[in-house]
Amino acid sequence: MSHGFHDLLGIESLTAAQIEFLLDQSVPFQQFNAQPLKKLATLRGKTVALAFFEPSTRTRISFGTAAARLGADTQNLQAEASSLRKGESLLDTVRTLDAMKPDLIVMRHSSSGAPHLVAGRLAIPVINAGDGTHEHPTQALLDALTIRDRRGRDRKGRLDGLRVTIVGDILHSRVARSNLHLLSKFDAQFTLCGPPMWVPAQLESLVPRVQREPRLERALEGADVVLVLRVQQERLHEPPLPPDEYVLGYQLTPERLRRARPDAIVLHPGPMVRGMEIHPEVADGPQSCVLEQVTNGLAVRMALLFLMIVGGRTEEAAATASP
Amino acid sequence: MLLIKNGRVLDPASKTDASLEVLLEGDRIARVGQGLTPPGAEVLDARGLCVAPGFIDLHCHLREPGFEISETIETGARAAARGGFTAVCPMANTNPVHDHATVTRAILKRAREAGGAQVWPIGAASRGLKGEALAEIAAMREAGIVAVSDDGKPIATAKLLRQVMDYCRALDLTVMDHCEDASLFAGCVMREGPRSAQLGLRGMPPQTESIAVARGIQVCELTGCRFHVAHLSARASLELVREAKRKGLPVTCEVTPHHFTLIDEDVTYDTHHKMNPPLASRSDREALIEGLRDGTVDAIATDHAPHAAHLKDVEFDCAPFGLTGFETALALALTELVHAGRVPLLRAVELFTTGPAHVLGPSSPARGRRAIAPGEPADLTLFSFDRAWTFRAADSASKSRNTPFDDRAFRGGPAATVIAGRLAFET
Amino acid sequence: MRVVEKSQLMSATEIDRTLQRLAHEIAEKTGGAKDVGLVGIRRRGVPLADRLAKVMRSLGGAEVPVGALDITLYRDDLSTIAPQPVVHSSDIPFPVDGKVLVLVDDVLFTGRTIRAAMNGLFDLGRPRRVQLCVLIDRGHRELPIEAAFVGRHVQTSDREIIEVRLNEIDQQERVMLVERQD
Repeated sequence: MSHGFHDLLGIESLTAAQIEFLLDQSVPFQQFNAQPLKKLATLRGKTVALAFFEPSTRTRISFGTAAARLGADTQNLQAEASSLRKGESLLDTVRTLDAMKPDLIVMRHSSSGAPHLVAGRLAIPVINAGDGTHEHPTQALLDALTIRDRRGRDRKGRLDGLRVTIVGDILHSRVARSNLHLLSKFDAQFTLCGPPMWVPAQLESLVPRVQREPRLERALEGADVVLVLRVQQERLHEPPLPPDEYVLGYQLTPERLRRARPDAIVLHPGPMVRGMEIHPEVADGPQSCVLEQVTNGLAVRMALLFLMIVGGRTEEAAATASP
Repeated sequence: MLLIKNGRVLDPASKTDASLEVLLEGDRIARVGQGLTPPGAEVLDARGLCVAPGFIDLHCHLREPGFEISETIETGARAAARGGFTAVCPMANTNPVHDHATVTRAILKRAREAGGAQVWPIGAASRGLKGEALAEIAAMREAGIVAVSDDGKPIATAKLLRQVMDYCRALDLTVMDHCEDASLFAGCVMREGPRSAQLGLRGMPPQTESIAVARGIQVCELTGCRFHVAHLSARASLELVREAKRKGLPVTCEVTPHHFTLIDEDVTYDTHHKMNPPLASRSDREALIEGLRDGTVDAIATDHAPHAAHLKDVEFDCAPFGLTGFETALALALTELVHAGRVPLLRAVELFTTGPAHVLGPSSPARGRRAIAPGEPADLTLFSFDRAWTFRAADSASKSRNTPFDDRAFRGGPAATVIAGRLAFET
Repeated sequence: MRVVEKSQLMSATEIDRTLQRLAHEIAEKTGGAKDVGLVGIRRRGVPLADRLAKVMRSLGGAEVPVGALDITLYRDDLSTIAPQPVVHSSDIPFPVDGKVLVLVDDVLFTGRTIRAAMNGLFDLGRPRRVQLCVLIDRGHRELPIEAAFVGRHVQTSDREIIEVRLNEIDQQERVMLVERQD
């Protein structure tokens, strides 16, 4: 495998070189997606199973579109319609999907570690599209591609040594974790800011060069990248924080954003709630990259589907291609 | 008559560690000494083995009635005997809940039919384990329970705990509490710390346990009833128990083998690492081992919690808590505590024998003691001090295989178990 | 699999002479080169296309635009090629609609690469005409595809491979005939 892994379960186990490779492989797909005709036959006859045990619109559509543009078919499992409601276990549901012989499974689940359980039982590759509060690897990859593109036309070596501020409920954010793992492989420095019960001390031991700063103004000083997390209003087992409290302490406003570097960029995994975690002017302003994130997400996912389905074979390949 | 020769007799009650012979007659110990040659006695050659009083496990789950898919009284009692236990105390979270005397009698009947380790059941504190009304404790006492607990869950409120303890004091019953603050526990699946942050699993702080330990100690002070902390796992809890003992309160505690062996850093998405209380920090483990050594901890108890394979083969969040423990307890104690030089051998034997007997109090079948002396029950645990062996879950007598210790190498382990004068197990 | 060199088919000088001739032919046959574009097929078709354009410019005609086409996503044999596939960018900096495109590649063999290249071109637009220029035509066609501009025809067997080496990519310049020996 040129990419060096069978399943993509998390960023934590990838090397910086593997990540650079994946980002580089996404570039041809960025170009492809700008063409008038966006349909390939590369994965014709292949099937991608989309097993979303947690509701999702954006990520599911992104993966579905990526598969379709490569010419693959999709099988769609959505939690609401699934037999999980009838008491079927996760493994049995996945085995049923597997019996229809897909070539790859994209999985999102509300339990951390669920894709690991599944990947251990299936021969086909598994992409983790988000597991509990653990990781969301394709999100971190598309964020990195966005950062790289924004910071330099030449698109090389622009991920090194960044100062990154992450704002919000970090304890429960898989997007934050994956970004921490990815950017730390490029020697980033992190400042974490959010309601204190959701930015606990143990986050500082996740990767090197992490500090916490309770006040957003201080946390933004000198930042190259600001990652704004969405706010889950109601969280199981947690008393909620009143929205006004959150806005007062942690909304990214234009004034606060000025504390960051003038060329700082703002990332948000979406969906945004304008007026909650992000001020409308910032959301729609020149520093915001949210739309590029979506476009890049499609390119990253196309690259992954291509590499993992086509490149997944490690057994005998023919000696030569026929030119 | 059964004569046990050539063994190294370890009797904590008399502080004996010597090469002695033990003669059993019927279900009692007849004589202990040298050169005993009774005519017509069967001889058990214990060369190279230690001979200790019969081990007692204060805390286990036998799943019958109601959850026989994971274990039955018969398979559990046999697994216990293979682990060197001569008596085990199963908790009441069966189905139906063991909260009235009919269930007590049914359990004891099944145990008599099964053979293997003796079963000394623990009755529920509250009806249905619902934490509202008292269970039929006096009737269960008469039928044969040895202690009271709502384990699986904590006793729901301080008010109920006080009622239960007032009631049990008069009955000379120990109250065992699964110490846990429900609000801090809710939704958590492991110990809060760097590992839970890395795995993205919800973690609970040590105060989840110690807050409830503090509650129990204070209600103990209020009522004077014996209070026992089940599966103590945190330094903070241990310090509270130490202080309570210093004040002369009748507070005791037990520690499980997995808590003195593994820590939170060992947790992966493998559900064999999911138990309650969860694997704790390195510092907690240090404190527990010190407590095992210095007497703050009274007993090692397994909290043997079997679960059928398909129940554990799910996402970490959804898996039930618990691991099996009968057949690895002694081996872990010898390997991790005694051979590691942390706890002397005789003290380790205390933790399986006189300690548990003391916790149960003078009215239990053990009469508050465990000894190798004439007149004492013919319950003996014979074990090898340092035989090298590997535990394989597939060979276990339990119906379940949920253990993180599969394929683990040990120094020392059970060799033979004598219960009421009969050989119940032999390697 | 071992590969043994059997003979050198073209030296650096011969390659240069052949490209000069091909450039003349293309300029002549496309008559004025107003709406002509050269598209080199990655990898070695690209430097060949660049060189052809340079010669065509020196002949005094109009500047002929050059593009590079990566056909990885259009191949029909992805599951069998080694090493594992890696995608590269295409770079065609001129509109394809209505153009006369000359695809340029080093070796024409089964024709499958050209089939894939045409799929790639048609995804970009609607050329008026597509022609093919190759340095070597080694026969063994599996599809009805022919080159209008051929440097040299070489008869080969199945076990033989034509290896083209170009300075821009390989830091050497020659064409060799090698044989597979298992």
